[in-house]
Amino acid sequence: MLNIKDLHVKLEEEDKVILKGVDLDVPAGAVHAIMGPNGSGKSTLSYVLSGRDGYEVTAGAATLDGADLLVLDPEERASAGLFLAFQYPVEIPGVGNMTFLRTALNAQKKARGEDEVSAGDFLKLIREKAKSLKIDADMLKRPVNVGFSGGEKKRNEILQMAMLEPKMCILDETDSGLDVDAMRLVSEGVNALRDAGRSFLVITHYQRLLDHIKPDVVHIMANGRIVKTGGPELALEVENNGYADILEEVA
Amino acid sequence: MGLPADKSDATADRLAALTMPDGASWARIAREAASTRFQAMGLPGRRDEYWRFTQPDTLNAIQPPEAALYPPEDPPAFSALDRLSVVFRDGIFDPEASDDLALEGLEIERLSTATQADFHWAKDLYGVLETRGQDPVERPFAALNTAFATDGVVLRATKKILKPIHFRYLHEKTDSDAILHFVVRVEEGAELTLLEGGPAAARFNKCMEIDVADRGSFHHIRAQGRDHERRAVTHLFARLGEESTFKSFTLTANGRLTRNEAVIELTGDNATAHIAGAAVGDGDFHHDDTVFVTHDAVNCESRQVFKKVLKNGAVGAFQGKILVKEGAQKTDGYQISQSLLLDEDAQFLAKPELEIYADDVICSHGSTTGAIDEEALFYLRSRGVSASEAQDLLVLAFLAEAIEEIESEEIADDILTRLESWLVRHRG
Ligand SMILES: Nc1ncnc2c1ncn2[C@@H]1O[C@H](COP(=O)(O)OP(=O)(O)O)[C@@H](O)[C@H]1O
Ligand SMILES: [Mg+2]
Repeated sequence: MLNIKDLHVKLEEEDKVILKGVDLDVPAGAVHAIMGPNGSGKSTLSYVLSGRDGYEVTAGAATLDGADLLVLDPEERASAGLFLAFQYPVEIPGVGNMTFLRTALNAQKKARGEDEVSAGDFLKLIREKAKSLKIDADMLKRPVNVGFSGGEKKRNEILQMAMLEPKMCILDETDSGLDVDAMRLVSEGVNALRDAGRSFLVITHYQRLLDHIKPDVVHIMANGRIVKTGGPELALEVENNGYADILEEVA
Repeated sequence: MGLPADKSDATADRLAALTMPDGASWARIAREAASTRFQAMGLPGRRDEYWRFTQPDTLNAIQPPEAALYPPEDPPAFSALDRLSVVFRDGIFDPEASDDLALEGLEIERLSTATQADFHWAKDLYGVLETRGQDPVERPFAALNTAFATDGVVLRATKKILKPIHFRYLHEKTDSDAILHFVVRVEEGAELTLLEGGPAAARFNKCMEIDVADRGSFHHIRAQGRDHERRAVTHLFARLGEESTFKSFTLTANGRLTRNEAVIELTGDNATAHIAGAAVGDGDFHHDDTVFVTHDAVNCESRQVFKKVLKNGAVGAFQGKILVKEGAQKTDGYQISQSLLLDEDAQFLAKPELEIYADDVICSHGSTTGAIDEEALFYLRSRGVSASEAQDLLVLAFLAEAIEEIESEEIADDILTRLESWLVRHRG
């Protein structure tokens, strides 16, 4: 599904290299986790994949189902099935959450040559999905993420994911700032979407989330590279011993 | 105090080129007095304090510069509403195109007819609110309007008027110069919604005097028409009685030069005045809102909400003042003026002012200039919304606070539709 080959990325405005040759393959239906110390480049990877400005790819490639991601606009990547749950979801005063989601859903459908959803069908769908994430009608009406608590913002990201039904979902520290109940809601939301045709790349610091969303493969990222790849036991090792042992071992 | 020679010459030349319409003696007296006021003030110039942001040359000129006609809007503003239309073509009332104006509680008369007769309520207002509004800031084009207006309407609401009255201004000649004057009286407890739409003329000078009696309610929504080259100077003078409500919203899309002045006086306790504007300009566009709100009674609320979206060299100006007179306790005054500059060539000039002589008041004002929020833009795009559609969403979000000042949802939707199609036409 997602193939990243030797990806090198620097900041556009400065001579700062952040990703130094990332290789990653996430097959269809798989759940991969990326763990790694702060500043190792995890968010940068997710931003570069989703097409944010400010980064320059100096070498390497990234494809989604064989299609070159890096030449596409952010909106084209979204329509191609890529979704990023932001580490820091953005507040947009004046744009209603519902309007936003309907515009996004219909824009994607249009780009794929599918029929748009009617207002009625959309309402039915969003109510149903919002309910399972315990997002109330008031939150749906409010401007996007404005006045939302940290946990509400993260649940809102998952709601968007559930509505847009992407095939490649990247979750950037979706668990940070969540209490135990919210973590369970979010995990259930993610697990409900698990499907043979859908893949996940879960960026996290904590085993806690991976107890709920069971990964097939765990990668450790440090200093702009994937330095170690293993099974779920790797996450447990990090949980128990931190990153120091692993980093020493690969150094 | 005399005017500088160049100013006084230009003023005399302009006066000499104008013809004062005939009327009953009260009207002639009012017009002569206005002409004298105008002569004393003279045409405005860049050195005048309230004309520093806006070049008045083309408003001053004897002949207006030509203004090309723009294909009429399809459908024109407010056409889906159940309303009564009063049509003016290049500033001349067209009875054929206008609706039959019989409505319960409504007295309405063409200005030329009213000024021939003894229209007691119009007589007490014509030029009166304009004169009050000349102090402390001079508004020469309003005095000129009172003196030389060639057409217009006087109307009075004595109860809740069930349909909006719609002044529709068609622009059909490239060199038309229209001067229209309106007098509106909302009697005690009465309610009136007034709509104005259309570009009106190559050059348009409009003055509206609005007297809202105790517990009266006046709603005003205007869409200034799409012609790119038109020039307009408009004045609203409003006086508000006890527990009365005044709400005015203006949409300006396009126009080479627009100066909209509003002078609002809260004279009765517990009155409310809201005035809002949304202006969108691309290229050769200069838009100026000059607002003066005076609190002269207890426990009144006023709100000024002005938003401008500018690109490609478009210029926006805002001069807004809240004056709280001595004794106007419990005043709640709010003023916000904001611009969203879509590129680096656009410009916004603002002069917010507060002058307060009472101690128990809440007054706030703010003015900001900003660009599109890149973070928000990326967030929207990452969800599949195209760059242009995402920008439009953010622009409409920016304008929302002004549009929310429109009470009727139906009218707000009409305005929103116009803004949306403007944005689509002016992408890139
Ligand atoms: N726009 C930026 N400007 C400056 N430094 C940046 C920018 N984006 C990322 N970095 C730097 O790149 C490194 C990787 O950051 P990030 O991808 O956020 O790491 P992680 O998500 O793994 O914590 C950090 O040193 C961070 O400070
Ligand atoms: Mg991060």
